[in-house]
Parts: sequence; C-alpha cells; structure tokens
Amino acid sequence: MTYLAKPKLHHPALAKNKVGYIRRDYEGAVSTLCAGCGHDSISAALIQACWELDIEPHRVAKLSGIGCSSKTPTYFLGNSHGFNSVHGRMPSVLTGANLANRDLLYLGVSGDGDSASIGLGQFAHSIRRAVNMVYIVENNGVYGLTKGQFSATADKGSKSKRGVANSDEPLDMIGMALLLGATFVARSFSGDKEQLVPMIKAAIEHKGAAFIDVISPCVAFNNHAGSTKSYDYVRHHNEAVNRLDFIVARDEITADYAPGEVVNVTQHDGSVLRLRKLAADYDPTDRIKVMHYLQQRSAAGEVVTGLLYVNPEPSDLHEHLDTVETPLNQLNARELCPGSVALERINASLR
Amino acid sequence: MTKRIDAINDFVVKFANINGSGSASANEIFARSIMRMGVPVSPRNIFPSNIQGLPTWYEVRVSESGWLGRRGGADLLVAMNPATWDADIEEIELGGYVLYDSSKPLPKSKFREDLNIIGIPLTEICNAAYTDSRQRQLFKNIVYVGALSALLDIDPIEIEKLFSEQFKGKEALLQSNVNALRLGRDYALQHFECPIGLRVQRADNVGNRIFVDGNSAAALGAVYGGASVCAWYPITPSSSLAETFNRYCHKLRIDAATGKHRFAVIQAEDELASIGMAIGAGWNGARAFTATSGPGISLMTEFIGLAYFAEIPVTIINVQRGGPSTGMPTRTQQSDLLSCAYASHGDTKHVMLFPEDPTECFDFSALGLDLADRLQTPVFVMTDLDIGMNTRLCKPFQWDDNREYDRGKIMTHAELESGKDFGRYLDVDGDGIPYRTYPGTHPTRGAYFTRGTTRDRYARYSEAGADYLDNMQRLLRKFETAKSLVPKPLLYPAEKPARFGAIFYGSTSPAMEEALDVLASRGIHVNALRVRAFPFQDEINDFVASHPWVFVIEQNRDAQLKTLLVNEAKVNPTRLLSVLHYDGTPITARFIVEQIAQHASARTVVPLKRAS
Repeated sequence: MTYLAKPKLHHPALAKNKVGYIRRDYEGAVSTLCAGCGHDSISAALIQACWELDIEPHRVAKLSGIGCSSKTPTYFLGNSHGFNSVHGRMPSVLTGANLANRDLLYLGVSGDGDSASIGLGQFAHSIRRAVNMVYIVENNGVYGLTKGQFSATADKGSKSKRGVANSDEPLDMIGMALLLGATFVARSFSGDKEQLVPMIKAAIEHKGAAFIDVISPCVAFNNHAGSTKSYDYVRHHNEAVNRLDFIVARDEITADYAPGEVVNVTQHDGSVLRLRKLAADYDPTDRIKVMHYLQQRSAAGEVVTGLLYVNPEPSDLHEHLDTVETPLNQLNARELCPGSVALERINASLR
Repeated sequence: MTKRIDAINDFVVKFANINGSGSASANEIFARSIMRMGVPVSPRNIFPSNIQGLPTWYEVRVSESGWLGRRGGADLLVAMNPATWDADIEEIELGGYVLYDSSKPLPKSKFREDLNIIGIPLTEICNAAYTDSRQRQLFKNIVYVGALSALLDIDPIEIEKLFSEQFKGKEALLQSNVNALRLGRDYALQHFECPIGLRVQRADNVGNRIFVDGNSAAALGAVYGGASVCAWYPITPSSSLAETFNRYCHKLRIDAATGKHRFAVIQAEDELASIGMAIGAGWNGARAFTATSGPGISLMTEFIGLAYFAEIPVTIINVQRGGPSTGMPTRTQQSDLLSCAYASHGDTKHVMLFPEDPTECFDFSALGLDLADRLQTPVFVMTDLDIGMNTRLCKPFQWDDNREYDRGKIMTHAELESGKDFGRYLDVDGDGIPYRTYPGTHPTRGAYFTRGTTRDRYARYSEAGADYLDNMQRLLRKFETAKSLVPKPLLYPAEKPARFGAIFYGSTSPAMEEALDVLASRGIHVNALRVRAFPFQDEINDFVASHPWVFVIEQNRDAQLKTLLVNEAKVNPTRLLSVLHYDGTPITARFIVEQIAQHASARTVVPLKRAS
C-alpha cells in the first residue's frame, strides 16, 4: 500500500471519453491493500472498462460485502455511490437496490469467503433471480483480512502458507453459476488485463446476471509453492478458451480474421462479442457442452479462462416482475397511492 | 330440569373443528351474518401449526355492548371434533349448550348434566342429500350454520345474502349452499324449540365499521403509504400480509397505459435476504418493507444494526407470535419488544409502533414508511397474531388525498449543483438527522460510501474515538427527535378519581377497555394509558408519577414493556405492578379484572383504628 495521496492536478491534454471524463474521474481513494494484491488489478480493470464504455460514473452503484475484495469499491469509481454491506449479503442488498432503480448499473464485488461460504445462499439466489448486475468474485482461495484461513474455493490438496494441506472439496462457483442460470459466465485472472477489461465491458452491457470469477492471488497468504491460487500456478495452468473483443452496437467491426478463428455473438441490443477461438470447437452459447467441457478440463488440472458461457437473449428480474420502465424510486404519491375513493370502495367491501 | 343460560346478543359460540374440514368459511359466514344484523361480533381462530387433521377452534363472541376482546369460556359449543370432545365440554359455562352430530349415539357419560344437548344428525342428513364424499364433508358445516340460524334466531336472509356475495357468478355453488343451509335450518325448526335461550336480536351497534384482519389492513396501509418494494419470507403469522400486499398491488398499482407494475414483491430465500433487499431498496430511494415474525427478527438482527448505524430507512412489520425459538407459531404474544427495541449487537435503539387493531395497522404501516424515511432508520410495526390473523370489527380506513409522503431529508441535484455542503452524517440543524442523496443524483457531487464501519461526518472511514462518539451521540439526538414524531399515548380517564393507573398496548386494547368498565362497575376506578410507540414521550412519565400504583398489562412473561419503561423512560419501578398473560391465547377482560382486583384489594389501605 502507499501513503502518498494522489495529486489532484492533472495534465490538461489528458484524453476524455465521449461523455467528457478522463480516466482519473473513474478512480477512487488510494488502495489500502497489500502491494501486489490481485484485487488492485481488478479495480484498475473496472476503471478502464467503465471509462472505455463511456459510462457516467454516477450512474454506477457498487456494492460489496465484507473482506479484502469488498473493500475495493472504495478504490475505484469515487463519484459513484458505494455500499459496503454485511458479510455475505451483498447480493440481497444489490437486488433491493436494483428493484428501486432499474436505470443504474450495478456492480457487485465480492470474494470467495464472502460469496462461497457465508454468502453462498445469497450468491445462488441472486443468480437464480436473474438480477441485472455484474457480479465479480475476486477469488484468492483464502481469508486475507483474518490472516490466511482456507476459503471454500481452496482446492483440495492445496497448501496453506504454514504447509497444511486442505482436505475439503473446493466449491466451483463457475459450475454453480451455470447450473443456477447465469446468462453470462466468465473466468479470468487478475494478472491478465488484456483478457479482463473486455470481459468486464461485455458483462456490463449484458442485460442479466453476469458472473465473473477472477482468480486474484493473495500476495500475503496464498502466493507460495503448493498453493493453486498463486501467480505462478495460475500462469502455468491457465487455459484460455477464447480471447474476447467487445464491440458496442454503435461501433463498426473493422478487424479482419481468418474464417474459423472467430465467432461473433450478436446480443439482443446489437452489440457484438467477438471471440477469437483458442480451443477448437468451443461454443460459448451451448450451456450443456460448456458444463461438460469445464468438468473435463478441471479434472485435467487446468484453470479454464475466457468467456465461458453467454446467452445472447437474456432476461432479467424486472422483466420477470413486469415492473414499470420508470424506476420505482421516482414514482410519486399520485402514482403510488390509490386515493380515498378507492379506499371507500374497499371499506364498503369489508362490511 | 336443567338450568339454562338465557342471553340476548351477549354470548360466546365456540366451534370445535378439525383442520382441513372446510369449517373456516362456514364459521366466518356465521359470524358475519350476526354482524349484518347490527350486532358486534369478534371471532377468533385458534389453530394449530398444521394443514390437515389437527384440532382447530373458532370462537365467536357476540356482544351488543361492543366488547371485542376474547371473553373466555363458551355458552354454546358446536362440537365437531371427537378428539377434543372432553376438554371442549369442560369449557362450556354452567347451563350452556352443546350442538353435536348425533348420527352415532353417544353415551350419556360423555355429557355434563347441566348442559342443554342439541343433537343433529349432520352426517345422516348430508349422506342422504349428497353422493360425493367431499360434498358430504363440506356441507356438514353449512348444515350446522343453518341449524344455528334457527336455534339462535339469526335471519337466514342475511346468510343467503352473504352466500350470494361470496358466490357471485357461480350460481350452482350458491344454490347448493342455500340448500344445505335450509336442510339444517328445517331440521332444527322441526326438532327443537327455536330459539334456544341464546338469541340474536337486530340492533344498530355496528355502524359504519368494517370487518377485516390486521394483516390485510397493514398490507393496505403499505400500499397507501407508498411502499413499492416488499421482500419477505413465509412465516406464520405474517405470510398473509405480504401475500395480501401483492394482491392489493395487482388491483391498485397497475400502470393504466402499459399494464405494468408499480411495485416489486420478492419472496426471498430467507429473512436475511428479505431484510437485505428492503434495505437495498431503501438505500436507493424506494419505500420498502418486510413482514415477519419473531424467528425472522432474530435472523434479521445483523442487518437491522447496519440499517441503524448506516441510517437507511426500512419498515419491518412484526406480527408477533409465541416465542422463544419456534415457540408457539400459531399462538399470540407481545414478546418481541426487547428483541426489536435493541435488535443488533452494539448500542442501538429502534422506533416501534404498537397498533391496537386493524385500523391502526393500516395507519401505522403507512406512518411507519414516513417515519423510516424521515428518521432514516428501521421502524418496527409491532402487531401480533391476535390482530393480524383474526377478522376484527374496527373503524373504516381513512386517507387524506392531500397527504404527501414525507421522504425526509434528501439533497437534490439542484442543491448539490448550487454548492450546498453535503456531509452524509452531518447534523446541520440539530435534530440529529443528516441529509442523504440517492445514488445517481449528480455526476460529481453527493456520492458517498455507505458502510457499517465507523465513519466521520463526511462518510469517510474513521475509527477515531472522537468521530465514533460524535456519531453515536448524534444517533441519540435523532432518537430524541423521534419522540416528537411517533404517535402519542392515549389516555382513558376513569369517571371518578382514581388511585390506580394502568398502562397497556397493542392487542390488549379491547380486553382492557372492557376490564376498565367492569372494574368501574365494581368501584375500582383506574386511569389507563395506551402506549402507542417507542421512544416514550413525557406523557408516560407524568402518568406514572401521578399514580401511586400503575399496572402494566402485557402479553409476555418477562414484563418487557415494563423493562423498557424503567430503562428508557426512567419511571419509578416501585410504582409498577405487572399483569402478565402469556399462555398464547389472547388476554381476556376476565383475567385483567381478576388480577387488578386482587392487587387493588391487597393495596387498599385500611386505617388501623377502624380495623381494630
């Protein structure tokens, strides 16, 4: 961590995006996490993605639970409202916030302790309900703030810093997200910004429950030999199925690729996910095949990354509930209160 | 000759049924028909945590004087459950009546000698009239209602009117119910001298009152109060509240142009999620509530602490039941006062409202939404099973169309743009309530980070002792402000100078009003004060100070309101005498009268000279 405050001055010629903000406008307070923490790279990727997508910072709500990962919303998007809720309960708070105002963009930031242990239920049910959100798990397999206990995503047999092997089966959040009906499922590595930034952009534009599992090594407690969530281990076992370019609907597709190398997935809003295939015959729109492939590769000891699954025609909770287009928090008394005449009719029916 | 009870418009009919036998709607028709004759009734369901097979009772108190509390005892028993026969017979008042299914003869030993026996072969009648086994079962209930109409002199036209309202557009059902009613009525007229000693006589004591349960009323209050998000988890006795909110919204909150919904109801995965969603919605500027009961409150406690400390509006309707643990899920108590007043670890205090009946459930759930926004804190509406799940005669709902929702201190885009200083936890005008902004208000101003950790006035993380104290003391100031916003206690003055005071709240109200009347008739004059909210106002201190003895009547074991009065209002504990009823049945006037009369005689000072 650094003790130096960020200087407020910046060069006048810094590039602005289409809504008039420089990249710095998307930054937050100085991080208090350990130097080299994977989580800081994810914050940087979020900043980059929002800036590149021309999202006005105040139209984002960032919500988190408790833990190192849940601290990070302080370190990006300082002009957005943030909510650091209680341990494992970010999904319910985010769901409620989303119900109140469907027009904002909801970023749920959580960790493996927060989402795979204490918050497993809320993770599962928010995905089931198809809440329109980007749900990022910053996954390091360890409890950092309480100094190094295994989390529920730690692989069986992986070793703690003190050399103790984990005897419990790991919880597969990607597998669960697929089973529970997430319409956008991806995995990345905090050390791979090239992969992560377009992935976050695609998740933001996705109108449904988008889940990203980001392996994010803990330099203090889980970056040693014997760990399966260390920088070295993930680099050596990372098998990307594709590289993603996210093209918003209004942009023209210009780059050329040889046929067969690229899959274009056109989404409901016209935006295109262009996937440069790295694994032959990998089809990210076939949920059953994806689940099968992931189980196979996992058994072979690989950490599969990339855009693993996407449903180009997702639906979301507001669609299911058939709520009005106006955000519920903007409805006034005239729109909410049925009035005294209706009440008199109700009284009459109760006599 | 057996002495019999004779009473007009003042008696209790108790139905002993089997859960799932279809008796509930027949029994309710019976109660409503009496009400339609202008005679006040108060029915109560006494039911088990069960869907089919276990015993269930329905008590109807008929009271022309308008006493709506549970009386206790029964003057007429409709004995439809052999499993509870002995205990049910035991409970009938001396010289009372029992109506039973005489299709199978019962030995004389099964009856008390003082009782008046009305045997009607319900099974035989239904077997002769119907071939379908389900109909044979269901219509038994209507046949006994028909018999009761003759025995108690209830105008059958009123019952037929109720049928035609219930089965509007379903002619076949209507006709078969009317036929069953006549079967029972004709049998009674032919075989018994009708009416018996108990009789309903037309009166004009119902007025414009409505007949509704507290859960429906609270749900409607939430609709009128502007709640647009409801997140809940099924739990007896509160489930029907959220379900009714949903139903009312489908009728009253549909956008006319698009047919879309101006509300969102989520059945959550548990109470942790339901309160979390309500808090998330409240944080984001929608009016949100949850409905639950004791075990749900226990689960929500961590989140309630967050909402208190981070200052997020949320309304929690607690339909109390018997605790602790799973306790008595289908029985009533007022035993969550302390767990709600101080819900959460650390130092917290929460606003509570105590409705006495469905009318106040409506008023207080709408008010709760205003208070939550104004005070930016959790507000509890403390109803209970007795109010929530029983149909009660009460004042009609009222709404002033000029009423605006009080959204509290919200800093707007224009104010932020003009450069107004925004500190999320900054007390600018001394009432302890800071300004908040809704997410998404302004591109560069007014954003803040909400957290459960300590922070300074500008919402910046801080564990500095001075910042913590500053914040905690402001929260106390805010609670002080709440005193001026919550409903004041209501005084029920005695007609003659009274040495005794009595404090009561919530569903104790109807039994208490009756008890005060009975006590006065016995020369025991009591001034009563109905507490309607926490925090407590000065009126409560003044009331206690002006009486040497004050009874505190509660439906819990540990005198929870008394604890709060001593702890928070700092009243003199030696003046307080607890009257506690907590067996799960609604408190009765009889119980209150007996307890107060006992205490009163023990405390009647007899001058020594005269005694000697």
